[in-house]
Amino acid sequence: MANMLANIFGSSPVVPLEKHMGIAFDCARQLRGFFAAVVAGNWDEAAAVRTQIVDLEREADKVKKEIRLHLSKSLFMPVPREDLLELLLVQDKIANRTKDVSGIVIGRKMVIPESIAELFLGFVDRNVAAAKQARKSVRELDELFTAGFRGNEVKLVTAMIEELDCIETETDDQQVALRAALFKIEADMNPIDVVFIYKVIDLTGEIADMAERVGRRLELLLSH
Amino acid sequence: MEAEFVYIGLAALFGLFMAWGIGANDVANAMATSVGSKALTIKQAILVAAVFEFLGAVLAGGEVTSTIRSGIVDAGLLVDTPELLVYGMLASLLAAGTWLAIASANGWPVSTTHSIVGAIVGFAAVGLGIEAVHWGQVGTIVISWVVSPLTAGFIAYLIYQSVLKLILHQDDPLEKAKRYVPVYIFFAALTITLVTILKGLTHVGLDLSLHNSYYLAIGIAAVIALIGAVAVRNIRPDKKAEKKQHFHTVERVFGILMIVTACGMAFAHGSNDVANAIGPVAAIISVAHTGAVASKSAVSIWVLVLGGGGIVIGLATYGWKVIATVGQKITQLTPSRGFAAELAAATTIVIASGTGLPISTTHTLVGAVLGVGLARGIEAIDLRVVGRIFVSWVVTIPAGALLAIVFFTILKAVLP
Repeated sequence: MANMLANIFGSSPVVPLEKHMGIAFDCARQLRGFFAAVVAGNWDEAAAVRTQIVDLEREADKVKKEIRLHLSKSLFMPVPREDLLELLLVQDKIANRTKDVSGIVIGRKMVIPESIAELFLGFVDRNVAAAKQARKSVRELDELFTAGFRGNEVKLVTAMIEELDCIETETDDQQVALRAALFKIEADMNPIDVVFIYKVIDLTGEIADMAERVGRRLELLLSH
Repeated sequence: MEAEFVYIGLAALFGLFMAWGIGANDVANAMATSVGSKALTIKQAILVAAVFEFLGAVLAGGEVTSTIRSGIVDAGLLVDTPELLVYGMLASLLAAGTWLAIASANGWPVSTTHSIVGAIVGFAAVGLGIEAVHWGQVGTIVISWVVSPLTAGFIAYLIYQSVLKLILHQDDPLEKAKRYVPVYIFFAALTITLVTILKGLTHVGLDLSLHNSYYLAIGIAAVIALIGAVAVRNIRPDKKAEKKQHFHTVERVFGILMIVTACGMAFAHGSNDVANAIGPVAAIISVAHTGAVASKSAVSIWVLVLGGGGIVIGLATYGWKVIATVGQKITQLTPSRGFAAELAAATTIVIASGTGLPISTTHTLVGAVLGVGLARGIEAIDLRVVGRIFVSWVVTIPAGALLAIVFFTILKAVLP
């Protein structure tokens, strides 16, 4: 009888969603150390970072499943459940792409050609920055719920998402430059290695793409 | 007359037990919102609950007690057999108490009010005959059970919308909160004191004219708002827990307001729910004293004190544990939401108490919470549980009635 009031509150997905984004970013962030080790040819270090990435991706998966489990259809929320699930999905993809790209690199013991190494590390850095900006935006979710998705808080988050878009555009430009640089030297390289370096560039670039999609999903929440 | 003492003794015992049960379980629903939002510590909540439940019961519990005592059963038919009313009221207390115990053990969300009204209607309709029930009055009560959660929900929706517009959507929510929260405090205090003065103070011997009542209520509310304004002024942003919009500090400002609405909620709960325990007691006492039923005199103060005391004992012996447990589960209801729900519910309940309608405080509060939810104030409400509450609402009345009929039959055979 006494728990009648307590039970009408379903478990809120807000804090878990923020937590999940935090883990996904932690995972993506490891790419800096990972590629630094790869460029330096330090494969022990790279393998150690790779283990961390795998663990973090797994943790993100666990949190994702928990959120889905608790986000039952009978919940009445200020924003549609589907939009929150979509947000969760793209957040999770940041961790997935990190795992994929590090997996290919470690599996093939890929060497990043010295002439593009600096460009490449800069590219990785901005992709991680995009994930960080995505986390910063998602961290405003609780404040957005407090403010009822209106007013000044919305302006704040909109500005954050604009910043996120800028970073993503930057990574696009970097990607174009990186491909051009690779194109110049690809004739002298093992064709299979070249194909996989293109693949690694694409996958890394997708981290910023997913971060940008986190922004798009947040925007959708704002429009309710 | 020896039987007289047996009746009064039994009635007081059963009534005290019911009051104990209300204090042990029901109070938690009124107070847990404040504890969950951290506006009050558990100790403060117990203190507030003890003082204001008691005041509510004694100052404003008379009208609803009258309704339960003599509004449901047509006593005119019992002139020759007043003892039937005594048996019936004892049976009703037993039935409601038993049903609440069964429901609590199974975790069903049932209302004390619904069980006692169901029980009284049950014994009267079956034990005394269909015509012994004031169906008009019962109809009004049942309608009030539908209307009160809706009203509370509507008021909560409006209050929370105003909070969004005036404070949370603004560029500087903290400054706006500091400006408007004292105003909310004023209105919260005004509603509660006004209804109390208009409806409650007459039977404690204070009879004010209508004008003076308004002046007094406005004066008291202004003083409380002033104290609130001073408290609000002293709140400084906590740098560590803070983002740009200062919502964390804004919630602390609303915390001050919630202390006031928590008092109001405890008062409202005491004023309405005390009748569930002592309404039947009052009926039995008037029969036992006069040998007749009809007397329309006011409910004597000592009965209200008995009920209020019972609630406080229930709170002290067991209720505080329930408040702590329930409070831990209601963290979603931050002060800016919690006060809206509490103020809406308390207002609705106090008005119902003033008009003598026995309503369910918990259902009213649930209605208010849903109102805040409709204004997009709550992160997640479980609609399945809302549905279950509705079902138990419907089931409780026949269950209470059935049990009352059983106990009534037994008591008629056993008692002198």
